[in-house]
Amino acid sequence: MQGLPLRSTAGSSPIGAAGRAVLYIVLFIIAVVQLFPIYWLLTFSLKSNQQIFSSHPLSFPLQPKWENYEKVWSAGNIGTYFLNSLWITVVATLLTVVIASFATYAITRMNWKLSKLALGMIMVAMMIPVHSTLIPLYSMFNFAHLIDHPLSIIISYIAFNLPITVLIMLGFYYTIPREIEEAAVMDGSSIHRLVLTIIFPMTGTVVATTGIVNMIYNWNEFIFVNTFISSNELKTLTVGVQNFIGQYTTDWGAIGATLMISILPILIAFIFLSDRIVEGLAAGSIKG
Amino acid sequence: MNKMMSNKWIIALYMLPALLLLALIIYIPIVLTGYYGLNDWNGIKAMTFVGLENYKELIGDKAFWSSALHSLLLALFSCLSLILYLAVSLVLASKIKGANTLRKIYLIPMLLSSVAIAQLWLKIYHPSNGLINIFLEKLGVVNTPEWLANTDIVLFAIFLPILWQYAGFYILIYYAALKGVPKEVEEAATIDGATAWQIAYRIKVPLITEVLKVTLVLAMVGSLKYFDLIYVMTGGGPNGASEVMASYMYRIAFKSFDFGYASAVSFFLLLICLVVTWLIRALTASKEQIQY
Repeated sequence: MQGLPLRSTAGSSPIGAAGRAVLYIVLFIIAVVQLFPIYWLLTFSLKSNQQIFSSHPLSFPLQPKWENYEKVWSAGNIGTYFLNSLWITVVATLLTVVIASFATYAITRMNWKLSKLALGMIMVAMMIPVHSTLIPLYSMFNFAHLIDHPLSIIISYIAFNLPITVLIMLGFYYTIPREIEEAAVMDGSSIHRLVLTIIFPMTGTVVATTGIVNMIYNWNEFIFVNTFISSNELKTLTVGVQNFIGQYTTDWGAIGATLMISILPILIAFIFLSDRIVEGLAAGSIKG
Repeated sequence: MNKMMSNKWIIALYMLPALLLLALIIYIPIVLTGYYGLNDWNGIKAMTFVGLENYKELIGDKAFWSSALHSLLLALFSCLSLILYLAVSLVLASKIKGANTLRKIYLIPMLLSSVAIAQLWLKIYHPSNGLINIFLEKLGVVNTPEWLANTDIVLFAIFLPILWQYAGFYILIYYAALKGVPKEVEEAATIDGATAWQIAYRIKVPLITEVLKVTLVLAMVGSLKYFDLIYVMTGGGPNGASEVMASYMYRIAFKSFDFGYASAVSFFLLLICLVVTWLIRALTASKEQIQY
Protein backbone atom coordinates (compact mmCIF):
# COMPACT_ATOMS: atom_id res chain seq x y z
CA MET A 1 0.00 0.00 0.00
CA GLN A 2 2.56 2.51 -1.12
CA GLY A 3 0.21 5.21 -2.33
CA LEU A 4 -1.29 5.91 1.09
CA PRO A 5 -0.02 9.01 2.82
CA LEU A 6 1.36 7.89 6.16
CA ARG A 7 -0.12 10.41 8.47
CA SER A 8 0.86 10.59 12.07
CA THR A 9 -2.16 9.72 14.19
CA ALA A 10 -0.64 11.02 17.39
CA GLY A 11 -2.62 14.22 17.28
CA SER A 12 -5.90 12.60 16.32
CA SER A 13 -5.74 9.51 18.54
CA PRO A 14 -9.26 8.31 19.30
CA ILE A 15 -8.42 7.90 22.98
CA GLY A 16 -7.69 10.95 25.11
CA ALA A 17 -4.72 11.38 27.42
CA ALA A 18 -6.78 10.69 30.55
CA GLY A 19 -8.19 7.57 28.95
CA ARG A 20 -4.74 6.32 28.12
CA ALA A 21 -3.59 6.88 31.68
CA VAL A 22 -6.43 4.71 32.92
CA LEU A 23 -5.52 1.99 30.42
CA TYR A 24 -1.90 2.01 31.60
CA ILE A 25 -3.02 1.66 35.18
CA VAL A 26 -5.29 -1.28 34.31
CA LEU A 27 -2.50 -3.03 32.41
CA PHE A 28 -0.13 -2.43 35.29
CA ILE A 29 -2.59 -3.89 37.80
CA ILE A 30 -2.95 -7.02 35.68
CA ALA A 31 0.82 -7.40 35.65
CA VAL A 32 0.86 -7.14 39.45
CA VAL A 33 -1.91 -9.74 39.74
CA GLN A 34 0.02 -12.12 37.49
CA LEU A 35 3.25 -11.79 39.47
CA PHE A 36 1.92 -11.35 42.96
CA PRO A 37 1.25 -15.01 43.91
CA ILE A 38 4.78 -15.90 42.84
CA TYR A 39 6.25 -13.07 44.91
CA TRP A 40 4.20 -14.21 47.87
CA LEU A 41 5.49 -17.77 47.38
CA LEU A 42 9.06 -16.46 47.43
CA THR A 43 8.47 -14.54 50.67
CA PHE A 44 6.95 -17.44 52.57
CA SER A 45 9.57 -19.86 51.29
CA LEU A 46 12.04 -17.75 53.27
CA LYS A 47 10.08 -17.47 56.50
CA SER A 48 9.44 -19.69 59.51
CA ASN A 49 5.86 -20.60 60.35
CA GLN A 50 5.98 -18.13 63.21
CA GLN A 51 7.05 -15.31 60.89
CA ILE A 52 4.42 -16.26 58.34
CA PHE A 53 1.55 -16.18 60.79
CA SER A 54 2.61 -13.14 62.79
CA SER A 55 4.27 -10.75 60.32
CA HIS A 56 2.60 -8.85 57.53
CA PRO A 57 1.83 -11.42 54.82
CA LEU A 58 3.47 -9.37 52.09
CA SER A 59 6.62 -8.33 53.90
CA PHE A 60 9.90 -9.61 52.61
CA PRO A 61 11.73 -11.44 55.43
CA LEU A 62 14.57 -9.32 56.83
CA GLN A 63 16.46 -12.42 57.82
CA PRO A 64 15.62 -14.85 55.03
CA LYS A 65 15.50 -18.44 56.23
CA TRP A 66 17.63 -20.15 53.61
CA GLU A 67 17.55 -23.16 55.95
CA ASN A 68 14.14 -23.98 54.46
CA TYR A 69 15.84 -24.71 51.17
CA GLU A 70 18.69 -26.65 52.78
CA LYS A 71 16.20 -28.66 54.79
CA VAL A 72 13.98 -29.78 51.91
CA TRP A 73 16.95 -30.40 49.64
CA SER A 74 18.64 -32.72 52.12
CA ALA A 75 15.64 -34.22 53.89
CA GLY A 76 13.72 -35.69 51.00
CA ASN A 77 14.43 -36.87 47.52
CA ILE A 78 14.07 -33.43 45.96
CA GLY A 79 17.59 -33.67 44.55
CA THR A 80 16.77 -37.01 42.92
CA TYR A 81 13.47 -35.71 41.55
CA PHE A 82 15.25 -32.67 40.20
CA LEU A 83 17.87 -34.72 38.38
CA ASN A 84 15.20 -37.09 37.01
CA SER A 85 13.17 -34.15 35.69
CA LEU A 86 16.31 -32.73 34.15
CA TRP A 87 17.58 -35.78 32.26
CA ILE A 88 14.14 -37.02 31.23
CA THR A 89 13.21 -33.55 29.95
CA VAL A 90 16.45 -33.24 27.99
CA VAL A 91 16.39 -36.74 26.49
CA ALA A 92 12.71 -36.57 25.51
CA THR A 93 13.15 -33.09 24.02
CA LEU A 94 16.21 -34.06 21.96
CA LEU A 95 14.54 -37.17 20.59
CA THR A 96 11.32 -35.30 19.80
CA VAL A 97 13.14 -32.58 17.90
CA VAL A 98 15.26 -35.06 15.90
CA ILE A 99 12.34 -37.35 15.02
CA ALA A 100 10.14 -34.37 14.16
CA SER A 101 12.88 -32.84 11.99
CA PHE A 102 13.19 -35.94 9.82
CA ALA A 103 9.41 -36.30 9.52
CA THR A 104 8.97 -32.61 8.69
CA TYR A 105 11.67 -32.84 6.04
CA ALA A 106 10.03 -35.85 4.39
CA ILE A 107 6.62 -34.17 4.47
CA THR A 108 7.62 -30.73 3.22
CA ARG A 109 10.51 -31.40 0.85
CA MET A 110 10.08 -34.88 -0.57
CA ASN A 111 7.52 -36.03 -3.13
CA TRP A 112 5.21 -38.88 -2.21
CA LYS A 113 1.52 -39.49 -2.59
CA LEU A 114 0.70 -40.21 1.02
CA SER A 115 2.43 -37.17 2.51
CA LYS A 116 -0.89 -35.34 3.04
CA LEU A 117 -2.32 -38.37 4.80
CA ALA A 118 0.75 -38.70 7.02
CA LEU A 119 0.55 -35.03 7.94
CA GLY A 120 -3.15 -35.41 8.69
CA MET A 121 -2.38 -38.35 10.96
CA ILE A 122 0.12 -36.25 12.87
CA MET A 123 -2.26 -33.27 13.20
CA VAL A 124 -5.30 -35.30 14.28
CA ALA A 125 -3.19 -36.81 17.05
CA MET A 126 -3.05 -33.32 18.55
CA MET A 127 -6.77 -33.43 19.34
CA ILE A 128 -6.61 -36.70 21.28
CA PRO A 129 -6.88 -36.19 25.03
CA VAL A 130 -4.10 -37.87 26.99
CA HIS A 131 -6.69 -39.41 29.32
CA SER A 132 -8.25 -41.46 26.54
CA THR A 133 -4.99 -43.33 26.02
CA LEU A 134 -4.03 -43.77 29.66
CA ILE A 135 -5.56 -47.15 30.48
CA PRO A 136 -4.32 -48.98 27.34
CA LEU A 137 -0.89 -47.38 27.76
CA TYR A 138 -0.81 -48.59 31.33
CA SER A 139 -1.63 -52.15 30.31
CA MET A 140 0.74 -52.04 27.31
CA PHE A 141 3.62 -50.79 29.44
CA ASN A 142 2.72 -53.34 32.07
CA PHE A 143 2.89 -56.07 29.42
CA ALA A 144 6.26 -54.80 28.19
CA HIS A 145 7.60 -54.50 31.78
CA LEU A 146 7.99 -50.77 31.35
CA ILE A 147 5.82 -49.72 34.28
CA ASP A 148 8.07 -47.94 36.76
CA HIS A 149 10.66 -47.52 34.02
CA PRO A 150 11.68 -44.08 32.67
CA LEU A 151 11.28 -45.29 29.09
CA SER A 152 7.49 -45.39 29.53
CA ILE A 153 7.27 -41.66 30.20
CA ILE A 154 9.97 -40.69 27.70
CA ILE A 155 8.26 -42.33 24.73
CA SER A 156 4.88 -40.99 25.85
CA TYR A 157 6.31 -37.47 25.97
CA ILE A 158 7.83 -37.85 22.51
CA ALA A 159 4.61 -39.13 20.95
CA PHE A 160 2.38 -36.47 22.49
CA ASN A 161 4.75 -33.59 21.71
CA LEU A 162 5.52 -34.67 18.15
CA PRO A 163 2.44 -33.08 16.51
CA ILE A 164 2.99 -29.60 17.96
CA THR A 165 6.71 -29.82 17.16
CA VAL A 166 6.06 -30.79 13.53
CA LEU A 167 3.40 -28.08 13.30
CA ILE A 168 5.82 -25.35 14.37
CA MET A 169 8.58 -26.72 12.10
CA LEU A 170 6.38 -26.99 8.98
CA GLY A 171 6.20 -23.27 8.27
CA PHE A 172 9.95 -22.91 8.46
CA TYR A 173 10.70 -25.89 6.21
CA TYR A 174 8.34 -24.66 3.50
CA THR A 175 10.38 -21.46 3.19
CA ILE A 176 13.71 -23.18 2.47
CA PRO A 177 14.60 -22.38 -1.16
CA ARG A 178 14.73 -25.34 -3.56
CA GLU A 179 18.00 -24.03 -4.99
CA ILE A 180 19.89 -25.02 -1.88
CA GLU A 181 18.92 -28.64 -2.32
CA GLU A 182 19.52 -28.55 -6.06
CA ALA A 183 23.01 -27.14 -5.60
CA ALA A 184 23.88 -29.83 -3.08
CA VAL A 185 22.59 -32.59 -5.35
CA MET A 186 24.60 -31.14 -8.26
CA ASP A 187 27.70 -31.40 -6.11
CA GLY A 188 26.94 -35.09 -5.74
CA SER A 189 25.76 -34.99 -2.13
CA SER A 190 23.67 -37.91 -0.88
CA ILE A 191 20.29 -37.02 0.61
CA HIS A 192 21.42 -37.93 4.12
CA ARG A 193 24.41 -35.63 3.84
CA LEU A 194 22.21 -32.89 2.43
CA VAL A 195 19.74 -33.20 5.31
CA LEU A 196 22.29 -33.60 8.07
CA THR A 197 24.94 -31.10 7.00
CA ILE A 198 22.99 -28.46 5.07
CA ILE A 199 19.28 -28.46 5.99
CA PHE A 200 19.39 -29.20 9.74
CA PRO A 201 22.04 -26.56 10.49
CA MET A 202 19.76 -24.01 8.79
CA THR A 203 16.88 -24.81 11.12
CA GLY A 204 18.57 -23.55 14.29
CA THR A 205 15.95 -21.01 15.26
CA VAL A 206 12.97 -23.29 14.83
CA VAL A 207 14.82 -26.08 16.65
CA ALA A 208 15.43 -23.68 19.52
CA THR A 209 11.78 -22.62 19.55
CA THR A 210 10.40 -26.15 19.54
CA GLY A 211 13.07 -27.31 21.95
CA ILE A 212 12.16 -24.76 24.59
CA VAL A 213 8.42 -25.44 24.22
CA ASN A 214 9.06 -29.17 24.57
CA MET A 215 11.19 -28.60 27.63
CA ILE A 216 8.47 -26.62 29.36
CA TYR A 217 5.84 -29.27 28.61
CA ASN A 218 8.06 -32.13 29.73
CA TRP A 219 9.28 -30.40 32.86
CA ASN A 220 5.69 -29.72 33.96
CA GLU A 221 4.11 -33.03 32.95
CA PHE A 222 2.24 -34.77 35.71
CA ILE A 223 -0.27 -37.45 34.73
CA PHE A 224 2.08 -39.89 32.95
CA VAL A 225 4.60 -39.87 35.79
CA ASN A 226 1.83 -40.14 38.35
CA THR A 227 0.39 -43.17 36.56
CA PHE A 228 3.42 -45.07 35.27
CA ILE A 229 6.08 -44.42 37.91
CA SER A 230 5.76 -45.67 41.46
CA SER A 231 9.26 -45.77 42.98
CA ASN A 232 10.71 -42.64 44.54
CA GLU A 233 14.05 -42.99 42.74
CA LEU A 234 12.38 -42.52 39.36
CA LYS A 235 9.82 -39.80 40.07
CA THR A 236 10.16 -36.37 38.53
CA LEU A 237 9.65 -33.06 40.32
CA THR A 238 5.93 -32.59 39.66
CA VAL A 239 4.90 -35.89 41.22
CA GLY A 240 7.74 -35.89 43.73
CA VAL A 241 6.84 -32.43 44.98
CA GLN A 242 3.21 -33.44 45.27
CA ASN A 243 4.09 -36.44 47.47
CA PHE A 244 6.76 -34.60 49.39
CA ILE A 245 4.47 -31.71 50.30
CA GLY A 246 2.00 -34.21 51.68
CA GLN A 247 4.43 -34.84 54.56
CA TYR A 248 4.83 -31.15 55.33
CA THR A 249 1.23 -29.99 55.38
CA THR A 250 1.81 -27.50 58.16
CA ASP A 251 5.36 -26.34 57.43
CA TRP A 252 4.73 -23.48 55.01
CA GLY A 253 8.38 -22.53 54.69
CA ALA A 254 9.32 -26.05 53.57
CA ILE A 255 6.44 -26.20 51.10
CA GLY A 256 7.33 -22.81 49.69
CA ALA A 257 10.99 -23.77 49.31
CA THR A 258 10.05 -27.02 47.55
CA LEU A 259 7.78 -25.19 45.12
CA MET A 260 10.38 -22.51 44.46
CA ILE A 261 12.98 -25.19 43.65
CA SER A 262 10.55 -26.80 41.21
CA ILE A 263 9.70 -23.60 39.33
CA LEU A 264 13.11 -21.91 39.42
CA PRO A 265 14.56 -23.56 36.28
CA ILE A 266 11.53 -22.43 34.28
CA LEU A 267 11.76 -18.89 35.62
CA ILE A 268 15.48 -18.73 34.83
CA ALA A 269 14.88 -20.11 31.33
CA PHE A 270 12.20 -17.46 30.87
CA ILE A 271 14.55 -14.62 31.77
CA PHE A 272 17.01 -15.66 29.06
CA LEU A 273 14.71 -17.15 26.44
CA SER A 274 11.46 -15.23 26.72
CA ASP A 275 11.40 -14.35 23.01
CA ARG A 276 11.74 -17.97 21.96
CA ILE A 277 9.08 -19.04 24.46
CA VAL A 278 6.64 -16.40 23.27
CA GLU A 279 7.29 -17.35 19.67
CA GLY A 280 6.90 -21.07 20.30
CA LEU A 281 3.67 -20.79 22.26
CA ALA A 282 2.17 -18.43 19.69
CA ALA A 283 3.24 -20.45 16.65
CA GLY A 284 1.97 -23.67 18.12
CA SER A 285 -1.51 -22.35 18.75
CA ILE A 286 -2.41 -20.02 15.92
CA LYS A 287 -1.95 -22.47 13.11
CA GLY A 288 -3.72 -25.22 15.04
CA MET B 1 17.15 -34.73 -7.94
CA ASN B 2 13.51 -35.69 -8.41
CA LYS B 3 14.39 -39.34 -8.20
CA MET B 4 16.24 -38.79 -4.96
CA MET B 5 13.40 -36.74 -3.50
CA SER B 6 10.89 -39.50 -4.13
CA ASN B 7 12.98 -42.43 -2.96
CA LYS B 8 10.47 -44.54 -1.04
CA TRP B 9 13.06 -46.14 1.22
CA ILE B 10 14.40 -42.81 2.40
CA ILE B 11 10.91 -41.42 2.94
CA ALA B 12 10.00 -44.49 4.94
CA LEU B 13 13.19 -44.20 6.96
CA TYR B 14 12.52 -40.53 7.82
CA MET B 15 8.83 -41.00 8.59
CA LEU B 16 8.91 -44.32 10.39
CA PRO B 17 10.01 -43.22 13.88
CA ALA B 18 7.32 -40.51 14.02
CA LEU B 19 4.47 -42.60 12.62
CA LEU B 20 5.42 -45.66 14.66
CA LEU B 21 5.38 -43.66 17.90
CA LEU B 22 2.05 -42.02 17.10
CA ALA B 23 0.52 -45.38 16.21
CA LEU B 24 1.88 -47.09 19.30
CA ILE B 25 1.25 -44.38 21.89
CA ILE B 26 -1.83 -42.61 20.54
CA TYR B 27 -3.78 -44.44 17.83
CA ILE B 28 -3.61 -48.05 19.03
CA PRO B 29 -4.46 -47.03 22.61
CA ILE B 30 -7.56 -45.16 21.39
CA VAL B 31 -8.81 -48.24 19.59
CA LEU B 32 -8.05 -50.30 22.68
CA THR B 33 -9.90 -47.81 24.90
CA GLY B 34 -12.92 -48.28 22.68
CA TYR B 35 -12.55 -52.03 22.97
CA TYR B 36 -11.91 -52.13 26.74
CA GLY B 37 -15.06 -50.06 27.17
CA LEU B 38 -17.05 -53.03 25.92
CA ASN B 39 -15.58 -55.31 28.56
CA ASP B 40 -15.72 -55.97 32.24
CA TRP B 41 -12.09 -55.86 33.35
CA ASN B 42 -10.13 -55.01 36.46
CA GLY B 43 -6.76 -54.89 34.71
CA ILE B 44 -5.54 -58.22 36.07
CA LYS B 45 -8.09 -60.98 35.51
CA ALA B 46 -9.31 -61.98 32.07
CA MET B 47 -11.71 -59.61 30.31
CA THR B 48 -15.35 -60.51 29.91
CA PHE B 49 -17.13 -59.04 26.93
CA VAL B 50 -20.27 -57.23 28.08
CA GLY B 51 -21.20 -55.27 24.97
CA LEU B 52 -22.70 -51.87 25.69
CA GLU B 53 -23.30 -52.66 29.36
CA ASN B 54 -20.73 -50.05 30.53
CA TYR B 55 -22.34 -47.37 28.40
CA LYS B 56 -25.78 -48.24 29.80
CA GLU B 57 -24.31 -47.83 33.26
CA LEU B 58 -22.75 -44.53 32.16
CA ILE B 59 -26.12 -43.13 31.10
CA GLY B 60 -27.58 -43.76 34.52
CA ASP B 61 -24.45 -42.74 36.46
CA LYS B 62 -25.33 -39.56 38.38
CA ALA B 63 -21.74 -39.04 39.54
CA PHE B 64 -20.53 -39.09 35.94
CA TRP B 65 -23.13 -36.59 34.74
CA SER B 66 -22.36 -34.31 37.62
CA SER B 67 -18.67 -34.41 36.63
CA ALA B 68 -19.64 -33.77 33.00
CA LEU B 69 -21.69 -30.76 34.12
CA HIS B 70 -18.70 -29.39 36.04
CA SER B 71 -16.48 -29.86 32.98
CA LEU B 72 -19.04 -28.05 30.89
CA LEU B 73 -19.29 -25.18 33.39
CA LEU B 74 -15.51 -24.81 33.41
CA ALA B 75 -15.56 -24.80 29.60
CA LEU B 76 -18.23 -22.10 29.67
CA PHE B 77 -16.24 -19.98 32.14
CA SER B 78 -13.15 -20.42 29.97
CA CYS B 79 -14.98 -19.26 26.86
CA LEU B 80 -16.38 -16.24 28.69
CA SER B 81 -12.94 -15.37 29.97
CA LEU B 82 -11.77 -15.16 26.35
CA ILE B 83 -13.77 -11.90 26.11
CA LEU B 84 -11.78 -10.51 28.99
CA TYR B 85 -8.49 -11.62 27.44
CA LEU B 86 -9.51 -10.11 24.11
CA ALA B 87 -10.35 -6.79 25.77
CA VAL B 88 -6.94 -6.67 27.44
CA SER B 89 -5.25 -7.56 24.14
CA LEU B 90 -7.10 -4.80 22.30
CA VAL B 91 -5.77 -2.30 24.82
CA LEU B 92 -2.30 -3.80 24.73
CA ALA B 93 -2.15 -3.65 20.94
CA SER B 94 -3.19 0.01 20.78
CA LYS B 95 0.19 1.74 20.82
CA ILE B 96 0.97 0.97 24.43
CA LYS B 97 4.55 1.59 25.49
CA GLY B 98 6.07 -1.52 27.03
CA ALA B 99 3.38 -3.79 25.55
CA ASN B 100 5.99 -6.40 24.74
CA THR B 101 7.28 -6.58 28.31
CA LEU B 102 3.76 -6.59 29.72
CA ARG B 103 2.62 -9.53 27.64
CA LYS B 104 5.71 -11.45 28.72
CA ILE B 105 4.94 -10.76 32.37
CA TYR B 106 1.35 -11.91 31.84
CA LEU B 107 2.67 -15.17 30.42
CA ILE B 108 4.73 -16.25 33.44
CA PRO B 109 1.99 -18.26 35.27
CA MET B 110 1.41 -20.25 32.07
CA LEU B 111 4.95 -21.63 32.29
CA LEU B 112 4.56 -23.12 35.76
CA SER B 113 3.42 -26.69 36.27
CA SER B 114 -0.21 -27.18 37.21
CA VAL B 115 1.01 -29.00 40.31
CA ALA B 116 2.98 -25.98 41.47
CA ILE B 117 0.06 -23.67 40.65
CA ALA B 118 -2.35 -25.93 42.53
CA GLN B 119 -0.10 -26.09 45.60
CA LEU B 120 0.40 -22.33 45.55
CA TRP B 121 -3.33 -21.65 45.28
CA LEU B 122 -4.03 -24.13 48.07
CA LYS B 123 -2.05 -21.70 50.20
CA ILE B 124 -3.74 -18.64 48.71
CA TYR B 125 -7.13 -20.15 49.60
CA HIS B 126 -5.99 -21.30 53.05
CA PRO B 127 -8.92 -20.54 55.41
CA SER B 128 -6.94 -18.64 58.06
CA ASN B 129 -3.52 -17.77 56.61
CA GLY B 130 -4.24 -17.55 52.90
CA LEU B 131 -3.80 -14.30 51.00
CA ILE B 132 -7.47 -13.98 50.07
CA ASN B 133 -8.93 -14.46 53.52
CA ILE B 134 -6.31 -12.24 55.17
CA PHE B 135 -7.29 -9.55 52.68
CA LEU B 136 -11.00 -10.07 53.35
CA GLU B 137 -10.40 -9.88 57.12
CA LYS B 138 -8.58 -6.59 56.64
CA LEU B 139 -11.66 -5.36 54.81
CA GLY B 140 -13.72 -6.34 57.84
CA VAL B 141 -15.36 -9.51 56.55
CA VAL B 142 -16.13 -11.66 59.59
CA ASN B 143 -17.07 -15.08 58.26
CA THR B 144 -14.44 -15.61 55.60
CA PRO B 145 -15.34 -18.54 53.36
CA GLU B 146 -13.56 -21.88 53.28
CA TRP B 147 -13.05 -21.67 49.55
CA LEU B 148 -12.20 -25.26 48.78
CA ALA B 149 -14.38 -26.93 51.42
CA ASN B 150 -17.62 -25.25 50.42
CA THR B 151 -19.50 -27.26 47.78
CA ASP B 152 -21.25 -24.13 46.49
CA ILE B 153 -18.15 -22.15 45.64
CA VAL B 154 -15.41 -24.73 45.11
CA LEU B 155 -15.86 -24.78 41.32
CA PHE B 156 -15.48 -20.99 41.12
CA ALA B 157 -12.47 -21.22 43.41
CA ILE B 158 -10.95 -23.77 41.03
CA PHE B 159 -11.59 -21.52 38.08
CA LEU B 160 -9.73 -18.50 39.44
CA PRO B 161 -6.25 -20.10 39.15
CA ILE B 162 -7.22 -21.32 35.67
CA LEU B 163 -8.14 -17.77 34.67
CA TRP B 164 -4.83 -16.60 36.13
CA GLN B 165 -2.77 -19.34 34.52
CA TYR B 166 -4.06 -19.03 30.95
CA ALA B 167 -4.43 -15.23 30.73
CA GLY B 168 -0.97 -14.67 29.27
CA PHE B 169 -1.37 -17.46 26.75
CA TYR B 170 -4.55 -16.13 25.14
CA ILE B 171 -3.43 -12.51 25.39
CA LEU B 172 -0.27 -13.55 23.57
CA ILE B 173 -2.28 -15.12 20.75
CA TYR B 174 -4.72 -12.22 20.43
CA TYR B 175 -1.96 -9.64 20.64
CA ALA B 176 -0.03 -11.30 17.81
CA ALA B 177 -3.18 -11.47 15.68
CA LEU B 178 -4.13 -7.85 16.35
CA LYS B 179 -0.63 -6.70 15.49
CA GLY B 180 -1.15 -8.44 12.16
CA VAL B 181 -4.02 -6.11 11.27
CA PRO B 182 -2.55 -3.57 8.83
CA LYS B 183 -1.97 -0.13 10.31
CA GLU B 184 -3.60 1.52 7.29
CA VAL B 185 -6.99 0.05 8.21
CA GLU B 186 -6.93 1.66 11.62
CA GLU B 187 -5.54 4.93 10.33
CA ALA B 188 -8.19 5.21 7.65
CA ALA B 189 -10.92 4.59 10.22
CA THR B 190 -9.42 7.18 12.57
CA ILE B 191 -9.39 9.77 9.81
CA ASP B 192 -13.03 8.94 9.10
CA GLY B 193 -13.75 9.80 12.71
CA ALA B 194 -14.30 6.32 14.16
CA THR B 195 -14.08 6.06 17.94
CA ALA B 196 -11.64 3.68 19.62
CA TRP B 197 -14.55 1.40 20.54
CA GLN B 198 -15.78 1.31 16.93
CA ILE B 199 -12.32 0.54 15.62
CA ALA B 200 -11.94 -2.32 18.08
CA TYR B 201 -15.41 -3.80 17.78
CA ARG B 202 -16.25 -3.16 14.13
CA ILE B 203 -12.86 -3.44 12.48
CA LYS B 204 -10.20 -5.23 14.50
CA VAL B 205 -12.24 -8.02 16.06
CA PRO B 206 -13.92 -9.07 12.79
CA LEU B 207 -10.51 -9.16 11.12
CA ILE B 208 -9.20 -11.76 13.56
CA THR B 209 -12.23 -14.08 13.47
CA GLU B 210 -10.13 -17.07 12.43
CA VAL B 211 -7.92 -16.70 15.47
CA LEU B 212 -10.98 -16.28 17.70
CA LYS B 213 -12.30 -19.61 16.43
CA VAL B 214 -9.03 -21.37 17.14
CA THR B 215 -8.94 -20.02 20.69
CA LEU B 216 -12.56 -21.03 21.22
CA VAL B 217 -11.69 -24.61 20.32
CA LEU B 218 -8.58 -24.48 22.50
CA ALA B 219 -10.53 -23.14 25.47
CA MET B 220 -13.42 -25.60 25.11
CA VAL B 221 -11.37 -28.73 24.54
CA GLY B 222 -8.74 -27.62 27.02
CA SER B 223 -11.31 -27.26 29.78
CA LEU B 224 -12.92 -30.60 29.00
CA LYS B 225 -9.51 -32.13 29.67
CA TYR B 226 -8.69 -30.32 32.95
CA PHE B 227 -7.09 -32.71 35.36
CA ASP B 228 -3.80 -31.88 37.10
CA LEU B 229 -4.95 -28.75 38.86
CA ILE B 230 -8.16 -30.25 40.21
CA TYR B 231 -6.54 -33.57 41.11
CA VAL B 232 -4.01 -31.74 43.29
CA MET B 233 -6.23 -28.98 44.71
CA THR B 234 -9.34 -30.88 45.70
CA GLY B 235 -9.11 -34.41 44.31
CA GLY B 236 -12.61 -33.74 42.97
CA GLY B 237 -14.04 -32.98 46.41
CA PRO B 238 -15.60 -32.01 48.65
CA ASN B 239 -18.19 -34.67 48.02
CA GLY B 240 -17.67 -34.63 44.25
CA ALA B 241 -18.41 -30.89 43.99
CA SER B 242 -15.34 -30.22 41.83
CA GLU B 243 -15.12 -33.58 40.08
CA VAL B 244 -14.60 -33.29 36.32
CA MET B 245 -14.72 -35.98 33.64
CA ALA B 246 -10.98 -36.63 33.56
CA SER B 247 -10.62 -36.83 37.34
CA TYR B 248 -13.69 -39.08 37.56
CA MET B 249 -12.23 -41.42 34.95
CA TYR B 250 -8.87 -41.43 36.73
CA ARG B 251 -10.46 -42.31 40.05
CA ILE B 252 -12.38 -45.24 38.57
CA ALA B 253 -9.34 -46.51 36.68
CA PHE B 254 -6.52 -46.11 39.16
CA LYS B 255 -8.30 -46.07 42.54
CA SER B 256 -11.14 -48.57 41.99
CA PHE B 257 -9.34 -50.45 39.18
CA ASP B 258 -12.51 -50.77 37.15
CA PHE B 259 -10.65 -50.53 33.84
CA GLY B 260 -13.63 -51.54 31.71
CA TYR B 261 -15.96 -48.85 32.99
CA ALA B 262 -13.20 -46.23 33.14
CA SER B 263 -12.40 -46.97 29.49
CA ALA B 264 -16.01 -46.33 28.58
CA VAL B 265 -15.80 -42.97 30.39
CA SER B 266 -12.54 -42.03 28.68
CA PHE B 267 -13.83 -43.08 25.27
CA PHE B 268 -16.84 -40.87 25.88
CA LEU B 269 -14.48 -38.02 26.82
CA LEU B 270 -12.63 -38.52 23.53
CA LEU B 271 -15.86 -38.42 21.56
CA ILE B 272 -16.99 -35.23 23.31
CA CYS B 273 -13.65 -33.54 22.55
CA LEU B 274 -13.83 -34.49 18.87
CA VAL B 275 -17.50 -33.53 18.54
CA VAL B 276 -16.96 -30.16 20.25
CA THR B 277 -14.01 -29.39 17.97
CA TRP B 278 -16.00 -30.32 14.90
CA LEU B 279 -19.09 -28.48 16.10
CA ILE B 280 -17.29 -25.19 16.75
CA ARG B 281 -15.54 -25.39 13.40
CA ALA B 282 -18.82 -26.16 11.60
CA LEU B 283 -20.91 -23.55 13.41
CA THR B 284 -18.38 -20.79 12.90
CA ALA B 285 -17.35 -21.73 9.37
CA SER B 286 -17.27 -18.49 7.42
CA LYS B 287 -18.84 -18.50 3.96
CA GLU B 288 -16.42 -15.94 2.70
CA GLN B 289 -12.90 -15.22 3.74
CA ILE B 290 -12.46 -11.70 4.98
CA GLN B 291 -10.15 -9.71 2.76
CA TYR B 292 -8.19 -6.69 3.67
